Amino acid sequence: MEFKNEVIALLAEICQDDVVKENPDIDLFTSGLLDSFGTVELLVQAEERFNILIPITEFDRESWNTPNNIANLLADRR
Amino acid sequence: MTPYGSFTFFIIIAILLAPTIILGLRGKRFHTYNMLTTIAALGLIFSSSLNQALALILFTIWQVLLIRLYIHYRKQSNGNGIFYSAVFLSILPLAVSKLLPYFSHISVIGFLGISYLTFKGTQIIMEIRDGLIKKELPLSKLLYFILFFPTISSGPIDRYRRFEKDLEAQMSGDDYKQLLYDGINKIFLGFLYKYIIGYSINHFFIANLRFIAHSQFQHHLYYMYAYSLYLFFDFAGYSAFAIGVSYIMGIKSPENFNKPFISRNIKDFWNRWHLSLSFWFRDYVYMRFVFWMTKKKWIKNRNIVSNLGYILLFLIMGFWHGLEIQYILYGIYHALLMVLYNSFERFNKKHKWWPNNKFTHVAAIIITFHFICFGFYIFSGQLFQKGV
Repeated sequence: MEFKNEVIALLAEICQDDVVKENPDIDLFTSGLLDSFGTVELLVQAEERFNILIPITEFDRESWNTPNNIANLLADRR
Repeated sequence: MTPYGSFTFFIIIAILLAPTIILGLRGKRFHTYNMLTTIAALGLIFSSSLNQALALILFTIWQVLLIRLYIHYRKQSNGNGIFYSAVFLSILPLAVSKLLPYFSHISVIGFLGISYLTFKGTQIIMEIRDGLIKKELPLSKLLYFILFFPTISSGPIDRYRRFEKDLEAQMSGDDYKQLLYDGINKIFLGFLYKYIIGYSINHFFIANLRFIAHSQFQHHLYYMYAYSLYLFFDFAGYSAFAIGVSYIMGIKSPENFNKPFISRNIKDFWNRWHLSLSFWFRDYVYMRFVFWMTKKKWIKNRNIVSNLGYILLFLIMGFWHGLEIQYILYGIYHALLMVLYNSFERFNKKHKWWPNNKFTHVAAIIITFHFICFGFYIFSGQLFQKGV
């Protein structure tokens, strides 16, 4: 649970919007909160903060779309 | 024979795919038969030019060897130099085919679709590098992916892992029925777009512009909007054919267009126009560049990194379209629009200068539309033609 909150806090930082915390099932891409630049920041931070390495090509916008999904997918890779 | 260029082509394809449809409706596997169909269709497409056929074969052998060697190498180590060399070598045939005509009279290296096929090869190299493609790729699947005939001449550009998923999927007769229905629907949408709307714009309006326009300026202005619409209907029509035929063969080739003329801004436009190309550049050029710059921390300023990424992306896209001046300018124009829009978006996030409501949404679409059309006007090369 703690890890999940950390990921969501990171996403809120990157998107510069707390709506990520209030509604962790929001689609980050269709809502315009996250773009390609933000995605790269997320991948760099995941490596620096959590030591989880995700290749850019593995990140697809269909499965890595909401804060909850991203947190779960990252948790799987710890 | 040009793919989707004549009724004869469609009739031959319909005959070739009849067994596919029967197998599919009965819930049987048909990919082996489809591979044979692809060979037959390629023979048909390239029958008019032995040179092109030969170039295609050599190109394919080159890409397959490169991919095989790189997978083999990647199993043991992961050096940067080898990766960059592999990417360079996979782009080399395209670069040579584009550059050679400027230096000599030999033009045997190019063939229909080389620009699109190169994307497939390079993409596989990058995914091997990222560790997403690990196992030896079966030769038949790899060849089928590269040479898949519905998309051979101008895309949409598919991705290997997605393509392979479709190949392995178990489909019932009912699932196939739906796919077949969607495929046929798309093909008829293609007829409407390319051969009715696109043809009419070109034949009745653009071709008669000298009689319609009263001045040079009017001529160019009308041409700009008419050409933009023509380009969309022509290319979206072609894409609908390619996607429709893919569907009938059980492959869900990605979409290429999503109502580009209702884009709210230039960023939105690139998520709606020639999607399979812009997503390729997003994933394999822009994001990799930004990732690399962010990690190396050479430039701290995030906006500069992002803008440099856009400039790189659109310059490469310009050169990819061709080395003619209009394509390079088209790339520069879109790079500039992206950089300007990026600054505007940042400014607006802070100051909330442009409110978000129904009225501003419509205004944004109208403004963006004109900027897009001006881009296509550059792209058309009409600016550089004398004595219209």
